[in-house]
Amino acid sequence: MMSVLPYLVAVWIFLTGCYGIVTSRNLIHAVGCLAVCQSATYVLLLAVGYRDGGTAPVFSDVEPGSRPVVDPVVQALALTDVVVGATVTALLLALVIQVSKRHGTVDPDELSELRG
Amino acid sequence: MNHLLPLLVAAPLLGAALLVAGGRRLPRAVAEPVGCVVSAGTAALAIVLLLNSSPPLVEWVGGWAPKDGESVGIVLVGDGPGLGMAALASLLTLAALVYSWRYFDEPPRRHAGSFPALMLLFQTGMCGFAVAGDLFDAFVFFELMSVVAYALTGHRVEEAKAVQGALTFGVVNSLGAYAMLLGIALLYARTGELAMVKIGRGLDAHGGPDALTLAAFVLVLTGLLVKAAAVPFHFWLPDAHAVAPTPVCMLLSGVLVEMGAYGVWRVYGTVFDGPGGIPAADVERALVVLGVLTGLVGAVMCWYQRHIKRLLAYSTVAHMGLFVIGIGSLTPEADDGTALYILGHAGVKAALFACTGILLDRYGSVDEHALYGRARSLRGVAVLFVLGALGLAGLPPFGTGLGKAVTEEAVGGPLSVVFVVVSAVTAGAVLRVAAHVFLGAGPEPRDVSAYETTGIREEPETRHRLSRVPDTMTVVPALLLAGSLAVGAVPGVARLVGHAVSEAGSGGAFTSPHWTPAGVLLGLLSTVLALGLAALAVSRPEPFGEQPWTEPLRRLQSGHIGDYVAWTLAGATLLGALALPGILS
Repeated sequence: MMSVLPYLVAVWIFLTGCYGIVTSRNLIHAVGCLAVCQSATYVLLLAVGYRDGGTAPVFSDVEPGSRPVVDPVVQALALTDVVVGATVTALLLALVIQVSKRHGTVDPDELSELRG
Repeated sequence: MNHLLPLLVAAPLLGAALLVAGGRRLPRAVAEPVGCVVSAGTAALAIVLLLNSSPPLVEWVGGWAPKDGESVGIVLVGDGPGLGMAALASLLTLAALVYSWRYFDEPPRRHAGSFPALMLLFQTGMCGFAVAGDLFDAFVFFELMSVVAYALTGHRVEEAKAVQGALTFGVVNSLGAYAMLLGIALLYARTGELAMVKIGRGLDAHGGPDALTLAAFVLVLTGLLVKAAAVPFHFWLPDAHAVAPTPVCMLLSGVLVEMGAYGVWRVYGTVFDGPGGIPAADVERALVVLGVLTGLVGAVMCWYQRHIKRLLAYSTVAHMGLFVIGIGSLTPEADDGTALYILGHAGVKAALFACTGILLDRYGSVDEHALYGRARSLRGVAVLFVLGALGLAGLPPFGTGLGKAVTEEAVGGPLSVVFVVVSAVTAGAVLRVAAHVFLGAGPEPRDVSAYETTGIREEPETRHRLSRVPDTMTVVPALLLAGSLAVGAVPGVARLVGHAVSEAGSGGAFTSPHWTPAGVLLGLLSTVLALGLAALAVSRPEPFGEQPWTEPLRRLQSGHIGDYVAWTLAGATLLGALALPGILS
């Protein structure tokens, strides 16, 4: 059960974020929810690389091979993912600022310029 | 030769960095030529590599070559289709940069380098995605090209529509990319590999497909199909393409969404096509169903648009449906046909957007009704626009016609009817626009629908309305149309494309796509149908105007981010349901 839990948590976080965007009444909130969806990828990546009894894959004070370490590859992936996420969130928030200036609202229900 | 592969990514990236760093001091007359030179150099490199891509080039970046078959390095694969997409992306970037030579007379104040730098970054992302040999790398480049595309879409930050469209584009596509990353993590969990070929082998070694394989398949394909704008993942595309600056539209419609289709082909062909992947029958069912839906929805919505850019965007959606059908039928001939179709379509669609940009900058409008009869004096542009529309219909010997004919023959039967109908309706809509705008034919169109996006009062993208059209803005669409024509008319091109695609595809059987009498007749049939539809729509507007049954379909395109995300989730569920039988048996 405990081994499945992190995966279920990842799915839960992803769907929570999606629910947040779908029902959002504020674009800043929607961009925040998108970041929540992304957190699911961090949880999943770290869960994939976890080993029982493993420590951080830093060999400055641990003799290589002396004790198990968690998978460093997924940690590198998660780091890259963080960078990607920061870029996306920053750009989208900048666009929200412009939406607020040009439309005078950040409520997605009130944006009606593009439809049909 | 394979050591040159990383340069495809490094060269435009370096160019972009230089332009950003020096952009404040550089005058516009220096920044833009630098952008063009770097872009052209990369295009030349892609073409040279493409001509040497048999057998496929493989490069382990930084010399991290595998030891005993194991590697943690990053692998780039330069085979025909990958380098072909990189070359197409580079050539279109160059075309867009040349087209925008006299464009954006007011770039961001005191920073002339920002637009060409963004275009070069866009090129970097697309080239990187095209040659990425490992899935995580593909994801990173996928995100890079997406983020730059959001920024370029919202480049005119003073425009209300532009920022809204860019935001929608950003949220929906990023969500898709995160779904893709979840799928990649699941594949890594199962196989411990990131290189696509090795993931495929790992899945096969594990045995038959199970729930995890299906989940990974659905998640990865969701990300790629969002980019490929397959129904019901497509809602972002019309909103983004209608508002992006015209040179950016040329790239978005010409090659960015096609990258999604290329990704589906690449990922299925290298990761999921073995005995441990998803069975072919289920992938075929899923992709063909989504493709047919996409084609029909795109064609109907295209017909009822009056905003010309939005109309062209829906025609891109409709054609993406045809490409997805072609890829989904999983035969080598259909792959060849789709590759040719994508090449031909890129030239035609970019040329049509370029002509629309001229209308926008000349008349300050991209609305079919508002422009009625106003562009009578632009004879040259009218000829290009009509040629583009005929190319869209698949008139022989355009590349679109050859691609359509080869794919139709490969998919056969009822599906080829979808090809004829979709190309005829979308081309008919474009021809109707041409008749209204350039000829002032028929009665003046009246406004009937309350629920639609008009193209009135759009800001021209140049500082002043153009009094005469600069040569660059007419030469570029002419060259793009000539390129599209060459794909179909020069016999060697089709043979090269066929050879490259079959060498990289899993089939291994060499095919040589060529014109057949049936293909020529079907192309002519689509063209005649398109001309007929346009003539009827112009002469008798009533029966071809707004219909009550299209109202629900139009209401779905609500411009609301929440709705689009809900549809994305529904689409992922549909994809899973369509592929589910594969893991039950």
